This record gives sequence, structure tokens and C-alpha cells, in this order.
Amino acid sequence: MSPSPPSRLRRRASAEERAVAELAIATNGLTKHFGDLAAVDGIDLAVPAASVFGFLGPNGSGKTTTIRMLLGLIAPSAGDWSLLGEEMPSPGLRTLLRVGALIEGPAFYPWMSGRENLARLDAAGPDGRRRSRASRIDAALARVGLTVAAGRKYRAYSLGMRQRLGLAAALLRPRDLLVLDEPTNGMDPQGTREIRTLVRELAADGTTVFLSSHLLSEVEQVCTHVAVMANGKLLAQGTMAEIRSVGAARLRCEVDDPARAAQVLTRLGLGDVEATGEEVSALLADAAPERCNRELVEAGIGVRSLVTERPSLEDLFVALTGEGFDVAR
Amino acid sequence: MLLAELQAMFRRTRIRVLLVVLMAVPFLLSVAVRVSGGPNPGGGPTFLDRVSHNGVFAALAGLVVTVPFFLPLTVAVVAGDAIAGEASLGTLRYLLARPAGRARLLGTKSAGIVVFCVVAALAVALGGLIGGAIFFPLGRVVTLSGTTISLAAGIGRTALAALVVAGSLLGLGAIGLFISTMTDVPVGAMAGTVGVAVLSAVLESVPEVSFLHPWLFTQGWLSFTDLLRVPLQWGAIRHDLLLQLGYIAVFGSAAWARFTTKDVLA
Repeated sequence: MSPSPPSRLRRRASAEERAVAELAIATNGLTKHFGDLAAVDGIDLAVPAASVFGFLGPNGSGKTTTIRMLLGLIAPSAGDWSLLGEEMPSPGLRTLLRVGALIEGPAFYPWMSGRENLARLDAAGPDGRRRSRASRIDAALARVGLTVAAGRKYRAYSLGMRQRLGLAAALLRPRDLLVLDEPTNGMDPQGTREIRTLVRELAADGTTVFLSSHLLSEVEQVCTHVAVMANGKLLAQGTMAEIRSVGAARLRCEVDDPARAAQVLTRLGLGDVEATGEEVSALLADAAPERCNRELVEAGIGVRSLVTERPSLEDLFVALTGEGFDVAR
Repeated sequence: MLLAELQAMFRRTRIRVLLVVLMAVPFLLSVAVRVSGGPNPGGGPTFLDRVSHNGVFAALAGLVVTVPFFLPLTVAVVAGDAIAGEASLGTLRYLLARPAGRARLLGTKSAGIVVFCVVAALAVALGGLIGGAIFFPLGRVVTLSGTTISLAAGIGRTALAALVVAGSLLGLGAIGLFISTMTDVPVGAMAGTVGVAVLSAVLESVPEVSFLHPWLFTQGWLSFTDLLRVPLQWGAIRHDLLLQLGYIAVFGSAAWARFTTKDVLA
């Protein structure tokens, strides 16, 4: 314990606060043990404000446990976290009022209608003004396209309608952060498109969307940032571009003489050179594709096409989480 | 929030059926007495022999009949379901993320149980009054002490008896709430609560543990019959209600300690 002048301490604290405020979610060594199992093992999430953050991982990787910890449903074994710049758990739960959530699928009372269920949830919080409740509920129902079915019992809802009602609950008031766990689960393609549009609209309004999903194409289309979890550990996180650049790009050319082209590429220092049929491909590493093209042409090889292939998010996901693939952790 | 809680509770078919059955018990009792002519004076459960003279006693006899088992059963259903039911539906995580606040949610659930106890006991009394009024004359009420009070006073005392019964059930309600925080399986919590009530009743009938008897939460369940004495004898009722308060304090705190720290995984 070194005696620090109070003023310096204060300055440091405020600087840290500012750094944290730019992050909608920040975790520091967040850990949860269930018995011997480390369901979540010291993860440091950094979700920038106003991002659409894709949270990926195979089943049982610790995503849902993480989400439950973020929302204060389960207490971490170690580590701490902050939401929207406030240390959690915040006094009086005020931070959670700015957070909407869809956690592991929707859950409502089957014996009440969609509208009654939303009213019940709205009334359960400390900030639900009764006078404006009906208009809040109408707006949320309209936003997810459930107005017509609002009076029907939840029991009679289809899976997609239930999912929509769950989203409506998350959108009952303006939110600064939305935590959506598998929001398109059970939805038809039309519904999936609507959700995608909805997420984009929300993000455009400055809402941070934390989106946990198995649908990689979905994530690829809407997310600006990605994190990948497996076995309770955070394997990678960053902007979509950063994450995709993790995977090695591959040069693929159609040539008239694949055997000689392979020699040229090997001479240029490219790895894993493969010549098949009329095609030659190699790991690009840090070589410039322009230079490869020039060298091939100068060697008298006819180049019909030349492309640089970045791995898809799915390739990366499998590479990061699948077994037997040696990715630097 | 309590209003929303009560709406969710009383909109449920299960709860409505329970209340209807609670009303039906004393009503059917009146029918039975009417058809059979009733037990001989002094026979059958307390008050039952008086029903044919005065319908008001159908309500009191209804309370006497339902207090040992049926009323506690309904309280166990509601209290056991309080937290475990929300957990099994998954609504618990949404209520907490709303955020409802754990202590606040538990307080609302407790208040909901109290309201249910009152409504359930009043339902029995009301069913009895209706049945009694249909099948028997209503009139001045002869108390257990042999004196007579007016019909209005008699109905007033019946209502008071229902409230005392509701109060007597609160200890069980607190036990049920505590058990409900321990599990995500509502049926288990309900069965556990009924089990505790049965255990208490069994202990009450075992003379070897007579030192325990004054502390069993079931021991004063029939103390409300003292309301039919003139002058009113409050001793047993006071002891019963104080005992219930003790149970509420112990099991309410336990429920609070458990619920405010528990990991919600459902």
C-alpha cells in the first residue's frame, strides 16, 4: 500500500471511468465456477459503446453463463464487470433499467395474453409509470409486429411469436444496451430479416447490441465486432475486420501451367503451395498479391484469374473452436 | 407491482378452481346436513350440530373442516409456487433483469401469499354463509358460552374468524416461501410445504413430544373457535398469532437470505 495523494487517486479514477464509459460492457477476469467446472474462466470482454457485438461460441462454451453474470442473475466466482460505464452491481439496480435483455429464449405466463404479460413485466420494475404503460406496450408490440396477436393467450403463440414478444419486452423502453441471446431462434426467414433490420435500426440510434448467436451468417451481416468463446475462455475479440484478418488469406490463381506457377510461388516464399488441375493456391502470409501476379506473368505463365480469399467467419469459428486446429490462442 | 402480482395470480385457472372448491366445501356441508338431518347434538366436527338451527354455523363449520388440511393445501400450492413457479417458467430471470430487485420481488410474493390466505379463508366463510342462508334459517347466534348475540354480530365474528384463520396460515406460508426459494420445481416446493404441515400435525398428536406442542405452527389453527365465546377469549388466538409471527420472522429471513444470494440458472 503506497500512500498516494488523494488528488492523484481521484484523477486516476476519473480517467478510468472515462475509459470504461466508452465501453458498454467491460469485464475483468470474470469467472464462474460450478463445482470443479470453470464455466467461465477469467474473460476480459470489451464491448464498445454503439457497436453491434456478436458473441459466438459452441454450445456449453459459457456464453449464457456470461450473459447471466452480466445481468446479475448469478454472482461471479471472481472478477468484476461494468455495464454502460457503471460498476456492477450498481446501487438500486439503476443500470439494469437501461438494459433490455432476451435471455435463453422468451418466458411468459401461458395463461395471460401477450399484452397482459408485458404489463406485468412493466409493472414489476421501479420505473414503470402506470399512465404511460399502455402506450409503451403498444409501441413495443408494434415494433416487433405483434399488435394483432397481442390479445391472444401466450399459450397459443408460435415459437416465432414468443420470440417476438420477448423482444417487445426488451424494447419496452428506450435502452442503451440490448443483450440478445439467440434472438432469431424459431423465426421464419421473414422474421429473421425483420430482426436484422430492427438490430440495425437500434444500432443506428446509438444502442449497443450484444448479440449471442449460432447463426454465423447472421452475425457476419449485422455485427461490427465479434468475440469467440470456447470452454469458458475468450479466444478472440475485436472488430469484424480484425477477427477476419486473424485467418490466413489464401491466393488462388487459374493458370495455364500450374506446375511452373507452383515453383514461382514457392520461390516467392509462399507456404502450403498446392497445384491441382488448372489451379494453384498458396497461403499468402505477408506477400503482396500484386507482386505474385507480376512474377507469374514475368515467368511467362498465363494467368486467367487471381483472387485473394479471406476465410469466412464460419471457417474462423471452426478454426478457433474446433479441435485439432493449431490456432494461436 | 403487488397489483400486477395479484392479477397474475388470480387470473390463473388453478387459483380460481381452488377458490371455488374452498367455497364449495361449506356449501356441500350445508347440503349434507340438510339431506341427512345433521349429526346429533355434540356429534361431528365443532359447530356442525348447530348448522340446522342457524345457517351462520355452516361458515364456521366450514372453517373447522378445511383448516386441518384443505386450506393449508391451497396455501402450500400458492406459497410453494411463489418463486419456484417463476423459476420453472423462466419468468424469474426476466423479472430480475427487469430489474424488479430481489428483496422487492420477495416482498411482493410474500404480500401475495398474505392476500391469498385472507381471500381463501373468506371464500370458505362466504361459501358457508351462502349455503347456510339457502338451506337453513339465519338468526341470532347462540355462542359456545350459551349466550346470544345478534345475527350481524354473529356474521362479524365469522368474518373475524376467517381473518384469524388466515393469520394462522401465515407461518405455513412463510415456510412455503422459503422452500420455494430452494428449488426450481414448483411441485416439489408444494409437496415439501404440505409435508411440513403434515409433520407438524403428526407431532401434535404424539404425547411424547408434548414439550414441542406449544411451538408447532399447527397447534393454534382451531383457536379461532374462541371467537364464539362471550366474553371473547383472546389468549389462545394471541398465542397462535404471535407464534405465526415468529415463524414468519424465521422463515422469511431464511427465504430472504437464500433468495438474495442465489444463482438464478433457470
